[in-house]
Amino acid sequence: MDFFLGADMKKRVILAGHGMVGQKFLEQLAERAGDWQVEVLCEEPRPAYDRVHLTSYFSGSSAEQLSLTPPDFFANTGYALNLGEAVVAIDREAKTVRSSLGRVLPYDLLVLATGSYPFVPPLPGKERPHCLVYRTIEDLEAIKASAVGARSGTVIGGGLLGLEAAKALKDLGLATQVVEFAPRLMAVQIDELGGRLLRRKIEALGVAVHTQKNSTDIVDGEQGRHRLRFADGSHLDTDLILFSAGIRPRDELARSSGLAVGERGGIVIDNHCRSSDPSIYAIGECALWEKKIYGLVAPGYQMAEVAAATIADAAAPAQFQGADMSTKLKLMGVDVASIGDAHGATVDALNYVYSDEVAGIYKKLVVSGDQKRLLGAVLVGEAADYGNLLQFALNGIALPAHPEELILPAREGGAKKGLGVELLPDSATICSCNNVSKGALCSAVAEGCTSLGALKKCTKAGTSCGGCAALVKQVLDAELKAQGFSISNHLCEHFPHSRQELFHLVKLGGLKSFDAVLLKHGQGRGCDICKPTVASILASVWNEHILKPRHAAIQDSNDYYLANLQKDGSYSVVPRIPGGEITPEKLIVIGQVAQRYGLYTKITGGQRIDLFGARVEQLPLIWKALVDAGFESGHAYGKSMRTVKSCVGSTWCRYGVQDSVGMAIRLEHRYRGLRSPHKIKLAVSGCTRECAEAQGKDVGVIATEKGWNLYVSGNGGMKPRHASLLATDLDDASLVQYIDRFLMFYIRTADRLQRTSTWLDNLEGGIDYVKKVVLEDSLGIAAELETEMQGLVDTYECEWKKAINDEQTLKRFRHFVNSAEPDANIQFVDERGQIRPARAAEKITETVA
Amino acid sequence: MTTQALWTYVCPLTAIVPNTGVCAKVGREQVAVFRLVSPQGEDEAVHALGQWDPRSQANVLSRGLLGDINGVAVVASPVYKNHYALETGACLEDESLSVPVFPVRVAEGQIFVGRRPADGA
Ligand code: SRM
Ligand SMILES: Cc1cc2nc3c(=O)[nH]c(=O)nc-3n(C[C@H](O)[C@H](O)[C@H](O)COP(=O)(O)OP(=O)(O)OC[C@H]3O[C@@H](n4cnc5c(N)ncnc54)[C@H](O)[C@@H]3O)c2cc1C
Ligand code: SF4
Ligand code: FES
Repeated sequence: MDFFLGADMKKRVILAGHGMVGQKFLEQLAERAGDWQVEVLCEEPRPAYDRVHLTSYFSGSSAEQLSLTPPDFFANTGYALNLGEAVVAIDREAKTVRSSLGRVLPYDLLVLATGSYPFVPPLPGKERPHCLVYRTIEDLEAIKASAVGARSGTVIGGGLLGLEAAKALKDLGLATQVVEFAPRLMAVQIDELGGRLLRRKIEALGVAVHTQKNSTDIVDGEQGRHRLRFADGSHLDTDLILFSAGIRPRDELARSSGLAVGERGGIVIDNHCRSSDPSIYAIGECALWEKKIYGLVAPGYQMAEVAAATIADAAAPAQFQGADMSTKLKLMGVDVASIGDAHGATVDALNYVYSDEVAGIYKKLVVSGDQKRLLGAVLVGEAADYGNLLQFALNGIALPAHPEELILPAREGGAKKGLGVELLPDSATICSCNNVSKGALCSAVAEGCTSLGALKKCTKAGTSCGGCAALVKQVLDAELKAQGFSISNHLCEHFPHSRQELFHLVKLGGLKSFDAVLLKHGQGRGCDICKPTVASILASVWNEHILKPRHAAIQDSNDYYLANLQKDGSYSVVPRIPGGEITPEKLIVIGQVAQRYGLYTKITGGQRIDLFGARVEQLPLIWKALVDAGFESGHAYGKSMRTVKSCVGSTWCRYGVQDSVGMAIRLEHRYRGLRSPHKIKLAVSGCTRECAEAQGKDVGVIATEKGWNLYVSGNGGMKPRHASLLATDLDDASLVQYIDRFLMFYIRTADRLQRTSTWLDNLEGGIDYVKKVVLEDSLGIAAELETEMQGLVDTYECEWKKAINDEQTLKRFRHFVNSAEPDANIQFVDERGQIRPARAAEKITETVA
Repeated sequence: MTTQALWTYVCPLTAIVPNTGVCAKVGREQVAVFRLVSPQGEDEAVHALGQWDPRSQANVLSRGLLGDINGVAVVASPVYKNHYALETGACLEDESLSVPVFPVRVAEGQIFVGRRPADGA
């Protein structure tokens, strides 16, 4: 055979099995020095894919999306991959393997990564059609095919994989049942109480669960294709049967070639993952280490690494030392987690149990007799604590004085005691699937992976089971915080100050332009972070008009054009409609303007009307028409006071106790145009029914029989926060006085782009502190705050009214400086009787002459 | 085939507010022209980049804020705030993105922009 003749000095490595662990082994080997000639025999018709997320194949993932093999992996490494070709025999004497295609290949080292197969109990009738298993993409295709025309499906086995399979059947629209021999579900991982809760939750999702059922045989059914009969005489008719009764290692090659195997299967390996023949390695689910088979991917990955390290350098210290079997899963939307000694098998172990049958939450801690160490845990219904608890268990971190606090729900006011990730040693494994330590995450962050996405991409942490994602994020945040600490809260590279400091420097130094602030306190040219921040400070401190030419270069584009830039380069126009009250005449004007300029109109969430699709050169014309009709700028483009939402109130509403519209208009007129660290929204409701949703606003006012209740720091948006009550039963004057103080205090002290909600949440002392400052004047600045606000109120000017009367400013509003043409890329098409931006494919491009 | 730049007149230098940009029509192309002025008020440079922001797919770059990041003079796209270097047109956040750079000439206070060299004919 010329194969032998042509063989060079390279060591020949043959890998049998290209599953999850096999691919990991190849990646690990490719990373190490050494010249190998690697040949992979892969029984399946496709390269390694993600079996852990197999179920997502039913919810739309394609085989390509599940692939774990980078497209050019084999081209880059020069390794050879043979799909659809299995190893069928090993000749250890000759050091060759024979393949299912009859090829005989020599090896210096052979790695077995053959995984396992689903165990099918020896039930008579198990060979009937529509009796299936669940391990490969081909299995899933068979299940899909079998589900056509089927109404019901039954999973035999209520373990982790069985429940996963039940979800798949349910996703296929089948009436689904789970049959389990043991008295409870997931008997290996969770205890009795947890299992009971899990069962209830799963039944509530419409999956029937039968425990303590000993199946005897499968025969023809009456209500379905099959009848599954049980030892207790009962039976169940069903169209499709899925066996998920455990896995068995694929050790047939080892057996036939005389390698040592375990009593109940599995290729015996040492700490270097070598079998009883030092030229043959076994890794993954086919391997038996210290009498244990690991049915999870993380231990397999560790074995892959150890085997690759040993092969690359026989003296390598890498050793497999056993692996943690903790798991966190979402089974049919139910969080389930199991850590370490979940059953409390350790001598002296003590339990803490928290069970909330109303919310469907069960948590158990297993701790050492001295209550110092966490040995294990079970979480059902809510597993957010998994990452923290796992770290306690894995790293032997001392438990707090009251370990129960780790699983008790947080009470209002008291933040939940967690484990600060700072406490973890660098060696702590954060992602066990990919064996990423805290130290590795930290160095990746230091090297520039400062977003979760980048960190995951570069370290692979969190990319397999996802169970560690929350913890990875915590490490990232803590690291960023720690690194940011040295540059503290600096605005950006141009200013070594926080926004709050800069605010005071501007005020005390009497600085009135960006250049002056930059020369005195900064460096470089500035950027798109510090420029708008300083612009906002100048506006808040001096009410310096944002249209002044000397401020032109520091305004955010929206402020520069006094309109909101849309994705296609056109703008939107939002006139102020105080309190949401508008006359028919004004409504008609808006309609006419929209008609004249062909604008898209929409009622906003802020009780006003947004006109979209204005080109930059149309803005002054549109605003001229609006200003002439009595409209003012709505400041939708600014970090400024937006709207005061109102309900109809006592004027019309049978429940109203105060004139909420009147108060809303009064407040909107007072604070219109107010520039601030972020936008500010207000609302006024006429009674406790709260139709204006005031508790979701930065400042919320709710009428009472005696006056007004004042709420602050509410938020809708990304992270809703219910407003905190600041004062009750205020008369009109004190209401306004307190809002003045509150808003000015926020403007002085908040960070850039910090809404009042996050500002309050980060403020030392919280709402109680704000109460002292605003109601009791504890800082002695109340009068100052009021004067400052009054100054801003008195110097208010409508920005658009000013703009359309200023020749200099009007020059901004054209697309080309050297041509009157509009931007030909802004194009619209019709949708529901109005315009919308044309998509790329709908655009007409300029024909080239 | 000629590689000679054809210069298009844009506007007087003073027509651009210091440290802002304008958009010029140069042949069939849209070009963002920026005027860089030091904090002390001295004119430093005029740069010209394509007006088309490949990230947002819109003609908007002249409306971005100017600044520097680690010493590199940049414009921040007003849509998604990604930065393009004024000298090279490279996007700082995404190496797969860039905008073309155009030659600029300022003569007697008047700005001219040339056809971009890569254009060839
Ligand atoms: C037009 C409107 C949607 C609508 O069609 O209803 C809208 C549109 C935009 N919202 Fe909003 N928001 C609108 C009501 C809201 C509301 C509801 C409300 O005000 O009652 C909320 C939740 C309440 C809140 O703010 O707490 C809301 C929460 C946000 C947020 C999240 C803020 C947060 O702190 O979580 C953003 C993003 C931001 O500001 O950073 C945002 C940002 C935006 C921006 C500015 C995004 C952008 O930069 O392009 C949109 C600009 C539209 C435009 O060009 O005119 N919008 N936005 C609403 C305008 C109200 C108005 O009359 O001014
Ligand atoms: C539905 C499902 C859900 C799961 N969920 C999780 C989970 O949430 N968390 C977790 O940690 N684990 C989970 N697992 C387990 C995880 O998928 C396995 O631990 C992992 O795939 C084991 O990798 P492996 O390479 O050892 O085996 P496999 O991935 O099975 O790969 C073995 C490969 O070898 C091939 N092969 C076998 N014999 C030969 C031969 N003689 N010649 C050539 N090729 C051969 C097989 O065809 C197969 O392709 C799940 C498994 C399934 C099926
Ligand atoms: S909040 Fe009260 S007053 Fe206002 S509309 Fe609702 S029910 Fe009527
Ligand atoms: S622990 Fe599974 S992805 Fe990190």
